[in-house]
Amino acid sequence: MRFVFKTDYQQDIKLFKHPGYYPWYAALAILLLLAPLVLPTYYLSQMTLICIYAIIAVGMMILTGFTGQVSLGHAAFLAVGAYTQGWLYNKGVPSVVAMGAAVALSAAVGVIIGVPALRVKGIYLTIATFSFAFIVEEVLARWESVTGGNSGLKVEDFYFFGIDIAASEQRFYLLALAFLVGVMLLAINLMRSPMGRAFVAIRDSEVSAQSMGIHLARYKTYAFAISAALTGFAGALYMHKIKFVSPEQFGILASIEFLMMVVIGGLGSLHGAIYGAIFMIALPQAISIAKDYLPAYIGQQTGLQPTVFGLILIGFILFEPLGIYGRWMKIKAYFELFPFYRNAMFKRQKTYMKSDRLK
Amino acid sequence: MTQVLQLTLSGIALGCVYGLIALGFVLIYKATETVNFAQGEIMMVGSFFGLTAGVTLGLPYWAVIIFAIVVTAVCGMLIELAILRPILGQPAFTVVMVTIGLGFIARGVVTMVPAWGTETHTLKTPFTGQVIRVGELVLAGEQVAIIAMTALLCGVLWVFFKRTKMGVAMQATSQNQLAAYYMGIPVRRINTLIWGIAAGVAAFAGILLAPITFVHSNMGFIGLKAFPAAVVGGFGSVPGAIVGGLVIGLVESFAGFYAPEGIKDIAAYIVVLIVLWVRPNGLFGEKLRKKV
Amino acid sequence: MTAFFKADDISISFGGVKAVQNISFEVGKGEVFTIIGPNGAGKTTIFNLISLIYPPTTGRIFFEGTDLTGLAPHLVAAMGIARTFQNIELFEHATVLQNLLIGRHNHRKTNFWQEVLFTAAARAGEVAHREAAEEVIDFLDLQRYRDSYVAGLPYGVRKVVELARALCTKPKLLLLDEPSSGLNTEETDDMAFWIDDIKNDLGITVLMVEHDMALVSRVSDRVLAMNQGQMLALGTSKEVQSHPAVVEAYLGKEPEKQAA
Repeated sequence: MRFVFKTDYQQDIKLFKHPGYYPWYAALAILLLLAPLVLPTYYLSQMTLICIYAIIAVGMMILTGFTGQVSLGHAAFLAVGAYTQGWLYNKGVPSVVAMGAAVALSAAVGVIIGVPALRVKGIYLTIATFSFAFIVEEVLARWESVTGGNSGLKVEDFYFFGIDIAASEQRFYLLALAFLVGVMLLAINLMRSPMGRAFVAIRDSEVSAQSMGIHLARYKTYAFAISAALTGFAGALYMHKIKFVSPEQFGILASIEFLMMVVIGGLGSLHGAIYGAIFMIALPQAISIAKDYLPAYIGQQTGLQPTVFGLILIGFILFEPLGIYGRWMKIKAYFELFPFYRNAMFKRQKTYMKSDRLK
Repeated sequence: MTQVLQLTLSGIALGCVYGLIALGFVLIYKATETVNFAQGEIMMVGSFFGLTAGVTLGLPYWAVIIFAIVVTAVCGMLIELAILRPILGQPAFTVVMVTIGLGFIARGVVTMVPAWGTETHTLKTPFTGQVIRVGELVLAGEQVAIIAMTALLCGVLWVFFKRTKMGVAMQATSQNQLAAYYMGIPVRRINTLIWGIAAGVAAFAGILLAPITFVHSNMGFIGLKAFPAAVVGGFGSVPGAIVGGLVIGLVESFAGFYAPEGIKDIAAYIVVLIVLWVRPNGLFGEKLRKKV
Repeated sequence: MTAFFKADDISISFGGVKAVQNISFEVGKGEVFTIIGPNGAGKTTIFNLISLIYPPTTGRIFFEGTDLTGLAPHLVAAMGIARTFQNIELFEHATVLQNLLIGRHNHRKTNFWQEVLFTAAARAGEVAHREAAEEVIDFLDLQRYRDSYVAGLPYGVRKVVELARALCTKPKLLLLDEPSSGLNTEETDDMAFWIDDIKNDLGITVLMVEHDMALVSRVSDRVLAMNQGQMLALGTSKEVQSHPAVVEAYLGKEPEKQAA
């Protein structure tokens, strides 16, 4: 295992803990930048979607993975972002301004749902979030003058600072990638600062966070607002990517998908958010490819996809609770320590059932 | 006046179904402190078993009910043994995710079963189309049957929990798992049994619901409306679950008639948000805090 | 002259159970003040009242002349009061260093935007927080656990980490809830040294709940004994230990009286 020998405080705060990481991240950057030159449009379009989903996943991670507040209503924030963007853009507002509005409005909605969240915990919070999402979905379906109701809302194009982004998949991909990198940087900064640590403190022990001087209500509201703002931002991009949105895209299943993304990716790690997004976009593709090789009776079933989703989710929780990120850490440790890796190295301590009712 | 009575009756009937699903949540929550997000899907599977018994096997209605309850209860116990026991003692959130996964699997697998599939099925009951006239009031037989059968089931459960040794042991377990364990109560076996009972109750709810909504693979989503019922009742309270279900059922029924279009579908969620705002622990909830 | 810390006639009951009844005491600056008593005496409840986890039914608590009762709970830390917990309430899924840095929360000087953009101010703040945390790490010899996750640490070390986290807040008054419970003799010895050092070198006043009478006698200036929510005796460790009411609370009355 690489032992990072620290010599000054700055080192702890650095983006990359060790110079050994530079070549790998450089290689990744080159690969990602070369992708538009070599990949066919369809795959590029999927990668754009991954970038958008990854932004959502970062938002989910901040709220659920770091602050420990489980939300099953994030599709509502995505919807608020997407509809705000679509409506304003169609009114002739420049896309940058519209995005700003989408982010601000989503954050505001996040604060609104965050306020009752301060009073309720655990499962009650989860129920409050999905109840709220149902209400938003219904509002979208009924407020026809703005949202177009069940027939949906369309945008024709996507001009960003005068550049016609929608004209080429390459441009859209690069823009989404740039936004994702920006969001990642902001999230990393947040998590290496006092506010990010306060979130983690709230997740692990509210009583003790409070005794350290952390204002629980204020920081939970911050977490909701930041998470909603990022998700709303992703929604603005999603609007232009999909070009057409309707209320049923933002139902409970979408919210569950977002939650699955962070669980499968690995709760409590920003890498995990990216892995989760890749997984969530790649899985349906993989299933549709696999269909051709399966016996016709199974391959033709519409129920195949939910079944596989469910099996994978349960599989991860039973066998790899740290998610893809955890698996990656183990593989890395295995090679770095070869031949000294022990199976027990990442073994978790068994603890008594802690009563959640008392949390 | 008749209108109000009719709405009340249909609200109560619907509320009974919500209440029964919520009862499943509450039983599992009380026993294991975890929330089963697949309760609605278990109900859906239960009503498919009912369908098989009634249509494919041609059993009479009472046998359909027993068949569905027993088979679904066995499924519930198998789920607990195979999937939930290995993660016993992990945070509640883990179990929530596992049961969400179970819900996905149930929705997927049901469509692959021959004779079930993706179509919508009807399950005939002896009460279908029957009406009971009380003065001016016309009561649909199905609704009266739902109410009567729910009352019957509640009575059976009440006797079980208060009068049988097993029931009392279950109550003890739900109050303090560790203490129950020290008293020699087989906590693990009780958890399995609780899952069986919750699944059986869900199947019963599914059979009752079948004539109203038809049987199809997405009927489990109605389970999401049982969450508000459980919360209104205070999640840890068994009678509360039924009361909560009735509250949600009545609100929905009246909202459908008096409120603007669209409110009916979200009435349950509006109610739950208000309840959480006013009384964060539900109407019958116990107030507890963490000991430090 | 106002007392450094003063509990004035505090009581609390939980649904009929009088957990703490009319307790009054003062702690002088620079003192180590210990509360002893059998299980269920209400010792930890007093701590929870000071941390404002529950509001007292009656009475008031003053710290440096300010009335704490009625403040928002998170402000207690800003006043200069830090605490540890009986059953350890650390941030399990964070490293020791992160735990200590969370203890620095009150000394946060940057706002959200500075942190998200990681401006020079945020960077300087991080360095300052780390310097402060390192001082505590040196003080309590935690160097080798700096980057370990709390979840994997042995009990004794966690106990020290919790003390370290409390010290990181730079408190004026430190509340220690059973600092030696679950520690072996050697670790208890270390703890006694540290408590002495905290008092003498860091000049922090200590209010402590403790069962280990050897430790209590060794470090405490004054001791308050209580039982079933009521005050039994107050004085030096020796005086309190020989007080008849205290002996009775621990050892029981004469057999025939006890039966009555």
